[in-house]
Amino acid sequence: MLHYVARRLLLMIPTLFVISALVYVIIDMPPGDCVTSQIDELLSRGDPDALRRADELRTLYGLDQSLVARYFDWVTGIFRWDFGLSCQDTVPVKDLIGERLALTILMESSTIAFIWIVSFIIGVYAATHQYQVGDYVASFIGFVGLAVPNFLLAIVLLYVGKVYFGLSIGGLMDPEFIDKPMSWDKLVSIGQHLIIPVIVIGTSGTAGMIRRLRANLLDELQKQYVTTGRAKGLPPLKLLIKYPLRHAINPFVADIGNLLPEVISGSVIVSVVLSLPTTGPMLLGALKTQDVNLAATFLLFVAVLTVIGMLVSDLLLAMLDPRIRFGATSEK
Amino acid sequence: MTDTADRPGAPAPTPHYVNPAPWDPYVSEKLTAEQEKYYMAGQWKLMWWRFRRHRPAVVSAVFLILMYLSTAISEWIAPYDLHTRHVKYIFAPPQSIHFFHEGEFLGPFVYGFKMERDLDTLQRVYTEDHTKPQPLRFFCRGEPYEFWGAIPGSFHFVCPAEGGTMFLLGTDRLGRDMFSRIVYAARISLTIGVIGIVLSFTLALILGGLAGYYGGWVDMVVQRITEILQSFPHLPLWLALSAALPVTWSPLLIYFGITLILALLDWPGLGRAVRSKLLSLREEDYAMAAQLMGAKPGRIIGRHLLPGFMSHLIASATLSIPSMILAETALSFLGLGLRPPITSWGVLLNEATDINVVAVNWWLMLPVVPVILVILAYQFMGDGMRDAADPYA
Repeated sequence: MLHYVARRLLLMIPTLFVISALVYVIIDMPPGDCVTSQIDELLSRGDPDALRRADELRTLYGLDQSLVARYFDWVTGIFRWDFGLSCQDTVPVKDLIGERLALTILMESSTIAFIWIVSFIIGVYAATHQYQVGDYVASFIGFVGLAVPNFLLAIVLLYVGKVYFGLSIGGLMDPEFIDKPMSWDKLVSIGQHLIIPVIVIGTSGTAGMIRRLRANLLDELQKQYVTTGRAKGLPPLKLLIKYPLRHAINPFVADIGNLLPEVISGSVIVSVVLSLPTTGPMLLGALKTQDVNLAATFLLFVAVLTVIGMLVSDLLLAMLDPRIRFGATSEK
Repeated sequence: MTDTADRPGAPAPTPHYVNPAPWDPYVSEKLTAEQEKYYMAGQWKLMWWRFRRHRPAVVSAVFLILMYLSTAISEWIAPYDLHTRHVKYIFAPPQSIHFFHEGEFLGPFVYGFKMERDLDTLQRVYTEDHTKPQPLRFFCRGEPYEFWGAIPGSFHFVCPAEGGTMFLLGTDRLGRDMFSRIVYAARISLTIGVIGIVLSFTLALILGGLAGYYGGWVDMVVQRITEILQSFPHLPLWLALSAALPVTWSPLLIYFGITLILALLDWPGLGRAVRSKLLSLREEDYAMAAQLMGAKPGRIIGRHLLPGFMSHLIASATLSIPSMILAETALSFLGLGLRPPITSWGVLLNEATDINVVAVNWWLMLPVVPVILVILAYQFMGDGMRDAADPYA
């Protein structure tokens, strides 16, 4: 087991290196750099110093160096917890991202918890009540959830909230808490504002999960050991929890690998729509202004989050499923 | 028969009755015409029969075909051009179609607008002018256009009255007719999914095919790439890639660039399916036979192995078209996708980013409706196709 974890951790390092290099190069690819637009603005105002200032800024950001040198600086800086300077306002990247990263992780983990809890309840209900009204309702919700893209749902909810309830559901906390230190009231306020984004990001994941859990559980429920248990006179609820559910829950955990990228993608676009103070809007802005250090740091962070999530899901799966724990690789 | 008995030396006639009619040895296995048709039908015919049984899938397929056909004649369907501005009608609400004017049947018509400014909010307030009905004209000559950008014409299925207006779904901030814009945008939104899937399909066939057939280090490399691409969240990568498209490119080049970007991240799923199928199929006897007869790998893959699971591939490719359409919508919505004058549903939705504008002009959200309908239809059709893909099951 320890050996397995160590191997997985080692494999993470080259993967992250490849991703970081790729991302850095891609963001830097288009012609021009983040200084260009700032200088154009100065030039259009007729600032005589503009060109000199451009050179100054370029030296400051290291843009006069080659791409390889800049990438190297950035990557080695990461180990010192230094992500370079952001082009916006010349602030170190680490000062910009701290709270946003924390809120993003909070939002994404609550979304996954939401997906699990809701799809678990609905999935089990739909499977045990096959072809009844509840099952059809659940399937229908599932289909709609898959079809309605989450950012459209976000717009519609924003509209409904604004027009019919006079609520502004954007943001992640009440305005009076912004830039305040963490307190109990602030935490409560964040919790209230998290509800809508979590539901919006979670719907499509929940829909997929319900379908899979229902199908798996239905397969298990038809097997002979269930009939045996029933014939022995086991109470139905105990029978369900003790045997078929343990089987059916397995892909549930394994699916986190598919779920996590989906949730992260969803959170980026939904937080742009709802203007949440998470990484999404800032990443979008950084990409548009070619703020290489900032954007690359966000993307690397996303990659780290995904890779760690995958690792956790594999470990959970190994704990849950003896067949994997004891290395029976033939059964897959 | 009778004369043999009279001939001398002939064997005595058999004592029991023999039916003189010709005998069919397969009489017990006789098939009805219907069964015969079923057993003789080819693979694709069987799939078609099975697909036809899946009602929602058939309805969806018809809907999608109609949608795609409409993109061929967008110019005839849309009453206005994509870019026509009506400066006097900015943010005009949808005009509803009436049939009765003061209790008298007039056929379909709309009422004109009177615009006033609300002096407190400075918003434009449009009220219907009930004095003058404007009857719609059908199969008429209206605003001139260039059919597919080439043939000039002015034929429309429906036009506003002479000097009147017809904004069935309202107008946007430049006074452009939303209905016409949605009709034209379908052209881009619907084709981008199909072109994207063709690219991704090709990539998947080539890379998955190479990996599955050769194995070894080729397989190793392709496997690692697919793993990385599949585990990484797509949207941030899409954003980064489309931000990397140079601003100087023409909108048409951007369109192809975006399609390529969509395909670049989409192929791994299909590629894996191709690989695993090939891995199992290449061990079959018929593949070995082809190899012994000296067929080259390209021929073995293309001629002998691929047809065995082509139907599965097409079904799963169909299921990933909606995600491509959605991805394009999301990118354009965020302002990193297509750029005007190329207009897709996502580009239209980009106008609905500001909730304060949308709260007053709700019709800006309407492009959501065709997006959802098309995606639902693709999902139902894809489900039906997947069930039909294995007709022998």
